[in-house]
Amino acid sequence: MPTVAPLDLDGHAIAVAWLNDIPHFALADGVVHRLDHGHKWVEVHDGLLAACPDLAETSLITGGEDGKVMALAADGTATQLAEIGRKWVTSVAAGPQGAVGFASGRMAYVLFADGRLREFQHPRSAEGLAFAPKGMRLAVARYNGATLHFPATEGKPVELEWAGAHMGISFSPDGKFLVTTMQENALHGWKLADGKHMRMAGYPAKVKSFSWSARGKWLATSGAPAAIVWPFQAKDGPMGKAPLELGTRGDTMVTQVCCHPAEDIAAIGYADGMVLAARFADQKEVLLRRAGKGAITALAWDKEGRRLAFGAETGECGVVDIAG
Amino acid sequence: MSDAQTAPIAETVPQIPVTVLTGYLGSGKTTLLNRILTEDHGKRYAVIVNEFGEIGIDNDLIVESDEEIYEMNNGCICCTVRGDLVRVVEGLMRRPGRFDAIIVETTGLADPAPVAQTFFMDEDVRAKTKLDAVVALVDAKHLPLRLKDSEEAEDQIAFADVVILNKTDLVTPEELAAVEATIRAINPSARIHRAERAGVALSDVLDRGAFDLARALDNDPHFLDHDHPDHVCGPDCDHDHDHHHHDHHGHDHHHHHHGEVSPIHDAGVKSISLRGGEMDPKKFFPWIEKTTQMDGPNILRLKGIVAFPDDPDRFVVQGIHMILEGDHQRAWKAGEKRETRLVFIGRELDAERLTRTFEACQA
Repeated sequence: MPTVAPLDLDGHAIAVAWLNDIPHFALADGVVHRLDHGHKWVEVHDGLLAACPDLAETSLITGGEDGKVMALAADGTATQLAEIGRKWVTSVAAGPQGAVGFASGRMAYVLFADGRLREFQHPRSAEGLAFAPKGMRLAVARYNGATLHFPATEGKPVELEWAGAHMGISFSPDGKFLVTTMQENALHGWKLADGKHMRMAGYPAKVKSFSWSARGKWLATSGAPAAIVWPFQAKDGPMGKAPLELGTRGDTMVTQVCCHPAEDIAAIGYADGMVLAARFADQKEVLLRRAGKGAITALAWDKEGRRLAFGAETGECGVVDIAG
Repeated sequence: MSDAQTAPIAETVPQIPVTVLTGYLGSGKTTLLNRILTEDHGKRYAVIVNEFGEIGIDNDLIVESDEEIYEMNNGCICCTVRGDLVRVVEGLMRRPGRFDAIIVETTGLADPAPVAQTFFMDEDVRAKTKLDAVVALVDAKHLPLRLKDSEEAEDQIAFADVVILNKTDLVTPEELAAVEATIRAINPSARIHRAERAGVALSDVLDRGAFDLARALDNDPHFLDHDHPDHVCGPDCDHDHDHHHHDHHGHDHHHHHHGEVSPIHDAGVKSISLRGGEMDPKKFFPWIEKTTQMDGPNILRLKGIVAFPDDPDRFVVQGIHMILEGDHQRAWKAGEKRETRLVFIGRELDAERLTRTFEACQA
């Protein structure tokens, strides 16, 4: 039986992450909590807006209302990476070779490990950011499409167009597909080899969370009363195929999804605070956490896929040990 | 969304009120904002501005944000929202407790519709905030010129719940009366306050409840009576008489006939007032949904009180473009005339057709 070790905090959980195998909980007030032989915390920002672990999962990259980009190490040491003045840093992304991407207003930035900073101005707001799994390529979600930058070279950006406002963005783990969440209740995707469009619509709510399965064969998404899981095994992705619907609930919505690091299983967080795990093959479900006070806003598996960290908009956080 | 909706409003979580402040450069927005931020009213505000400019004190919660108009893939103008507001409001609402209300300042050239629509069309924003009122500041001296050279100035007035006619000390009484008549011609349902140096009572600007169906039309029980020259407020009248401080002769717009072209106003926007008896709900609802769907792009604002036969309660409606909301408000009072009153403010509205089709819905 899974067991839950709760950590009740005061504030909206923006992100959870495992750094050196230690669970970290980043809250909107700018404090990052961790469970490392007891409850410890560091105030990293006056107001935290975005956070993600670096690729090695040894530090947490954060952006704040204070215009700062910080890196927080597992020992609690916070280092300032950049400061852009009195503007909100609304997105951050971790790239290869220690590169960090961040965005504020219409600007996107790439900070290289050697301290070099590249700036990319856009005609409209830079929303979500994502680095490609291979090569130095930054994708920026924007109004009417996405822009692919090549920050290591002076190469011209590649523009991918699709009408509407694109918010979140993610490459498939094999780098063949780029998928965005939109202001409307839909996802959009591009097959990068030929620019072919993939329209994934029909959601009753905005899609705010998406997660690729271990080998990138599936894309799990929120925005419905079930986790909607699109098949990406075929060369044209999910086109013409029906998605799986996992963990369907009659009375609440899925707000967060996180695929297991090895198995074709997704952790599913709901608006009422419940967390389930569901297996793609047979749609079998396991209850990981009972409903709480508020919506689940962050989920992260540890490297072995044995423990799941969660956070909610009400500050209820914790770690679920699957084996118990 | 391309369909008109008539749905009751659920009140579950406390929602933070949002005031939208529109107006041209030089109309006095900064002066008003600074007053709101410095006066001792016991409330804390988060202010979303396009540029920090000259407002604010360090410890105020002021967020700079580039105005981003996001149209949906379906191209429907009524689904158009301010993308930056979605992001900033969501960010602010993750740390509640820092402020009691939000003020959104728009640039002079802004179309107010996407700002207002953000608070109806985005489900997350809508869940946590509620639009309180759209307040337009206009410069008494320069308004005639603005109206000639831009659609935005007209839209801002047409869209407003409250118009602050500022810098009245810079014009003659005749000019002021003409400007006020022009504002009234564009928007008969807005509350107009005359001011010098944006010196209005903050209670006339904040916490108006103009989009709250339960309050909206109670603020103005003589809603749409302005066009009745014989209306005189009696001693029991709860009509807000604030502007009588400036005008002891009563409502100086009474003599004005809506839709009439004012000499300084080229009448792109006009208002159409409809008045009738009790409505047949089987005819009225399909009519108003069809009307807002068909004419939605041309309708800037719509407000009304509807009487249905055998219904003890007043039904109130309001709309922005194709967004339509309606709900029962309160019981008709004893002696209150059970009649239906609607006002449409917009461009290229066919008054004859609206009147004819409206009248056909009567019970």
